[in-house]
Formats: sequence, structure tokens, C-alpha cells
Amino acid sequence: MNQFLFGIFPYIALTVLAVGSIIRYERDPFTWKSKSSQLLRRKQLIMGSVLFHLGVLVIFFGHLFGLLVPMEIYEAMGVTPQAKALAAGIGGGIAGVIALIGGLLLAHRRLMDPRVRATSSFADTGILLLLIVQLILGLISVPISLSKLAEGEVVLFMNWAFGIFTFDPTAASNLEHVNIIFKLHILLGLIIFILFPFTRLVHILSAPLRYLWRPGYQIVRTRKSNA
Amino acid sequence: MKVRAQIGKVLNLDKCIGCHTCSVTCKNVWTSRDGVEYAWFNNVETKPGIGYPKDWENQKRWNGGWERISSGKIRPKQGAKWRILANIFANPDLPEIDDFYEPFDFDYDHLKSAPEMEAFPTARPRSKISGLRMEKIEWGPNWEEILGGEFEKRSKDYNFEGIQKDICGEYKNTFMMYLPRLCEHCLNPACVASCPSGAIYKREEDGIVLIDQERCRGWRMCVSGCPYKKIYYNWESGKSEKCTFCYPRIESGLPTVCSETCVGRIRYLGVMLYDADRIQEAASVANEQALYDAQLGLFLDPNDPEVQAAARAEGVPEDWIISAQKSPVWKMAMDWKIAFPLHPEYRTLPMVWYIPPLSPIQNAAEAGAVGIDRDMPDVKSLRIPVRYLANLLTAGDEAPIVSALERMLAMRAYMRSKTIDGVIDLEVAKRVGLDPLQIDEMYRIMSLADYEDRFVVPTTHREMVEDAYGLRGGCGFTDGNQCSVGSSGGKLFGGGRRSVDASLPFRRRKR
Repeated sequence: MNQFLFGIFPYIALTVLAVGSIIRYERDPFTWKSKSSQLLRRKQLIMGSVLFHLGVLVIFFGHLFGLLVPMEIYEAMGVTPQAKALAAGIGGGIAGVIALIGGLLLAHRRLMDPRVRATSSFADTGILLLLIVQLILGLISVPISLSKLAEGEVVLFMNWAFGIFTFDPTAASNLEHVNIIFKLHILLGLIIFILFPFTRLVHILSAPLRYLWRPGYQIVRTRKSNA
Repeated sequence: MKVRAQIGKVLNLDKCIGCHTCSVTCKNVWTSRDGVEYAWFNNVETKPGIGYPKDWENQKRWNGGWERISSGKIRPKQGAKWRILANIFANPDLPEIDDFYEPFDFDYDHLKSAPEMEAFPTARPRSKISGLRMEKIEWGPNWEEILGGEFEKRSKDYNFEGIQKDICGEYKNTFMMYLPRLCEHCLNPACVASCPSGAIYKREEDGIVLIDQERCRGWRMCVSGCPYKKIYYNWESGKSEKCTFCYPRIESGLPTVCSETCVGRIRYLGVMLYDADRIQEAASVANEQALYDAQLGLFLDPNDPEVQAAARAEGVPEDWIISAQKSPVWKMAMDWKIAFPLHPEYRTLPMVWYIPPLSPIQNAAEAGAVGIDRDMPDVKSLRIPVRYLANLLTAGDEAPIVSALERMLAMRAYMRSKTIDGVIDLEVAKRVGLDPLQIDEMYRIMSLADYEDRFVVPTTHREMVEDAYGLRGGCGFTDGNQCSVGSSGGKLFGGGRRSVDASLPFRRRKR
């Protein structure tokens, strides 16, 4: 079971994430959007959305670097696994609380505001609630992780994530004995990966950073083939 | 010099009767869909008033358009690129739908299905968004129709700047005019500049500004970027939409729907050649009142052989050059100088221009107190303050407006003496700097306004741009995924929202 959930399921999730997103982008670009509801109700969105996005962005990059940068690089910089786990716990904890406050504001707005509620799809509400659950699981894991600083548990997660991306068949064994909260957090994360292409989350992939170095302000298109 | 062509437009406000036919035909064609019920690509406002959406002209509040910074460059007033991106999670300058109005429909069915009761059954409003009962309609797209509402509220109108507006609130001094508004298809569009996805673009061939619905991600910066508030966020599809200048019609040489159906014949369409290399320069001039002149300076004379050669070199088709020579827009904007851009101070270099309206002469003038200069009344004695029109059309510079109004009055005086007295009044023509031939042409185009004179629209040269063979049997205009209708109801990606208007007597579309 452990081998399936943490050795095979991650590949299924990542495949659905990648292939699903590509198909949606190719086949149904009209549905690719952030689906903002700010026009319908400004109240609670400004604060909620900003807090939620900022928190989630910090958490996202924290996980990205925390899990996928090899421990050797941290050690070369003189960072011990304990120090790393401590930094992750504190930084992630703060960002998590910020994101959770934002998420709760947004969820309250989405469920209680008649306009927003009426225009929400099942997927819109569902993914927001799942993200909130995931944030809560992540926050619960912080004290557990901090209480076991000495054991260097953080290395297990890094080895697992690294193993998955290097196609190591024994990757799942790293998670055999970790706390159930971590297992649930990881599983829900993978489920969110699977849901990703079918929800509004795809707007993450369109983060318009290109805008910053797009030359000039104006865009002119021509249909002349020889131009 | 880089010559480009644009289909420009002029609206002769002197003849607008405020019938809203343009708005209704536009709505029937373009926005009779879910998510854009509240959107009017074309709407007609009664001025003075705060308009639709509320207070749209107040850029201190909405931060639309461009601003000139100390370096002499311009940037969107809502902020430089990094600033716009920083606001992407929540746009502080975005209007709420209540600033437009909450769309609603009536329970018409109740009129026939109500049981017998004491009171006569009525059709009460219900929100098109939430499906809930709306007890009171507070605002609509045309709430100030014919000076509806208190003057106190309407006097928030930004164009009252520099006018003693209290006087205009008095019954005997009151005035009004109609202002039909649509996308300006600007030379320096702020919406294009604000779009982080790069989905909005200006077409090189005809200058029409469009939103690529497949690339729009709904970041909604264009809505706040446009100072005319003529981009609408479709709350159903999550994409922005705007006036398309009826491009499928324009491509076929037909006028836009609003122009075609205008019963007052106030709308004119014609080709304008302009120098694309100098757009930035023109939009960046320091003095706001010089922007009108700067934009005039961009337009290229289609009768100039040098311009014609440069246009050919840029691939402007021959019939477009000929159309530019016959363009009513050129005549009104450049020859007679009676048409002006709407709010040039926004620095967008708009391409839908307006002829200011004449208005009744104040009582005082009629009584002989204020100067009637021979046949022509002093334009200062017209009921609509010149300053008001100047605030609307020339960033407050009254001289060009006075000249335009005088020319229109002179045309009337000249034609009156010609047709009634049989006398050619060269004096009145000379006084406003026109020659009799020009006045005859003005009369023909502005007063008679034949279809062929109003609309000089050359067809698109499709053979130059694409292989039409591959397009045969296609779907024509859709705003979805190829032949789909754009509804994602029940589909794998997106999932349909719950229908909220099932309670309404009709539903536009099966979900």
C-alpha cells in the first residue's frame, strides 16, 4: 500500500497534471482563465485574495526548493538538516497562517455571498476547500516536524521527492514510518495535482511574467503572411 | 514615416436624438449573452451626468488612460508594468458590477400564472446573477436619461470643471445633450498596454482593437486601464470583451451595426491614414491641450503623392488610398476641423470623434441683450456652455470648439440665404474661413448625409492575407473553441455553473 500511494501514485498524479494541462491548453484554450469574481463582489476579495496568493506563493517556492534542492547543496552552504527544518517550519508556518486567513476569507465570500455563490461551479468551491484543508494539514505538520528536529526527519521527505524525480523504485520506503499527518498532506497534494487541469488552478501556469520584459506597451497584429 | 490605415468614425452630436437604436441593435448582435447582460458596447448617455459606469470620466478615481511622468514618457495611469502585475491578485481600480448595474429580468410569467388576488399582479425584477429578488432597481445603463435624477448627483459630471455649475442647475439655464459612446479604437490604446497576457491587440490593416478570447486569462487589467470603461469583464466566461467595431461587417465593406441603424444618420465611417512612427511622440506632448493638435499631426493627407507612395510601400491597398481621399472622417477632422476626439487628455489618441452640438440660444440673446452678429448668434450665447464641450472634446481648449460651432452656424446661414433668398453669402463663409464649395460639401455630407457619403468603407483584401479556400465551410464567428459555442457546461474542463435563472421565464441557452 505504501509503495502504491507514495511510489506509483505520484507518477499517475504528475502524468495527469502534465498531460491534462497540455490537452486543455491545446484543445480548449477558451476555458483557460483565472475566473476572477472581483467584478461581482469586491468585498473581502482584496484582502482575502492578496493574503491567500502571497502565502501560497511563499509556500509553493518553499516546497519547491526545500524538497528538490539536494541536501548536499544545503550542506555545502553550511545548513544542517535541523536548521533547514527549523527555517521551513517557521517560514512555512507564517506563510501558512497568512494563506489560511486569506483562504478562509475567500471561502466565506464564496459560500456566503449570493452573487459569488451562484456563479461558482462545483470545482471552484471544491478546490478552494481542498486547498484550505491542505493548508491546515500543513500547519498541523509544523509542530510535529519541529518536535522531531533532532531526528532529521526532513531528509526523508527530500529523499522521497528526489527519488520520485530520479525514478528510484525505493523512494516510497522513505515515508514508511512518518507521521500520518505528513502522509495525508502528501496524498492530498497529489490529489490536487490530479485535479489541477480540471479546475481554475491552471491560471498558475499562465502567470504573466513575460509582461515585465515585453518590449514597449503596444501590440499590433497583422494578418499579412509576408510581414 | 510608417503609414497605417484605420477605419475612423465621427458622430455628429448635433443630430443625435437619443433614440438608443444604436445601443439596442448593438446589444442584440453582440451582448445578448449570459455574463454580458450588463455590458453595452455602445451606450448613449445624457450629459451632463456621471454616465455608465458611474463617474467613468473621473480618472482620479478610476486611474484609466495614460499619465505623463517627469521623464517625459507616458505610462498607464494605473501604474507601470510591475505595478500592474503587483495588483494582479486584486485590482484596486476595478469597478464593481454595481457601478454599471446589476443585470435583471422580470418575472413576466407571474402576470399570467398568478392566482386570483386582490392586487393586480406585477412582474417584479430578479437578478440575472444570483437569481434573487431585487426589491428596488437602484441604477441602470441609462439612469440619467433626459436629465433624470437630481441635479446635485448629475453635477458630479467631470466636464463641469471650470464652470459655475450652480447656474446650470437652475431651470432656465439647464441644458442637455446626448453622448453615444463606444470603444474608441485608439491609436495608443491603454487597454492593450495594460494586458499582462498580451491578448489585446490592434489590427494593422484597419486599426480595430480586439481581444483574443483564447489568450485572455481574465486578469482584468484592461477594464481598469481603459479610461472610457469600454472593456467589459464577462462574469460568465471569465474573459474580457469589448466593441469589435463589427469587424466581420467592416471587412465586407459594410458599416458597423450602430452606424447602419442610426436613424439620425449621425455616424460616419472612413479611412484615415496615419503615421505609426510618431504615435508615442504625439501621445507624450506635455500640454494636455496640445494633444488634439498632436493627433491631427499624425494624420497623413491621402492626396499627397508622397504619402500615397509611402502607403503603397507599406502594403496599403490602392482602394484604401482612394477611400481615404473620400473619407468623411478626414473631411470633418482635417478639412473642416469640426470633429474632435473624446477626452484627448487621456492620451489614448482615440479614433471615434465627435462633432459638438449646437444648442438653442439663451433667452437673453433672443431678447437682444447678447450679441447676435448679423445672421449668426455668438456661440457664447448657446445654451450648452462652450467650456463644457471643450472639457469633453479638447481638454478644455475653447478656441477649436468655438471655431467648429461657428462653422456649423455659418453653414446654416449660408444655405438659408442660398435656398430661401437665392443669394450666395460669401461674407459669412469668409468669416469662418471656408469657401463656398466646402460649405456645399459640408451641407451635402452633414445635412443630407446619404449612405454613400456617410460610409466609405473599403473591403478587406483577404486574398492578400490568407488562403480563403481553407476557411470554406467554417463556423464563422464563434467565441469558443472553434465550432463550440463557448459554453463549457458539462464539459471536462471547466464544468458548468449551476443555472441561476431557471426561475426566470426564459433561458437564453441550454447548459
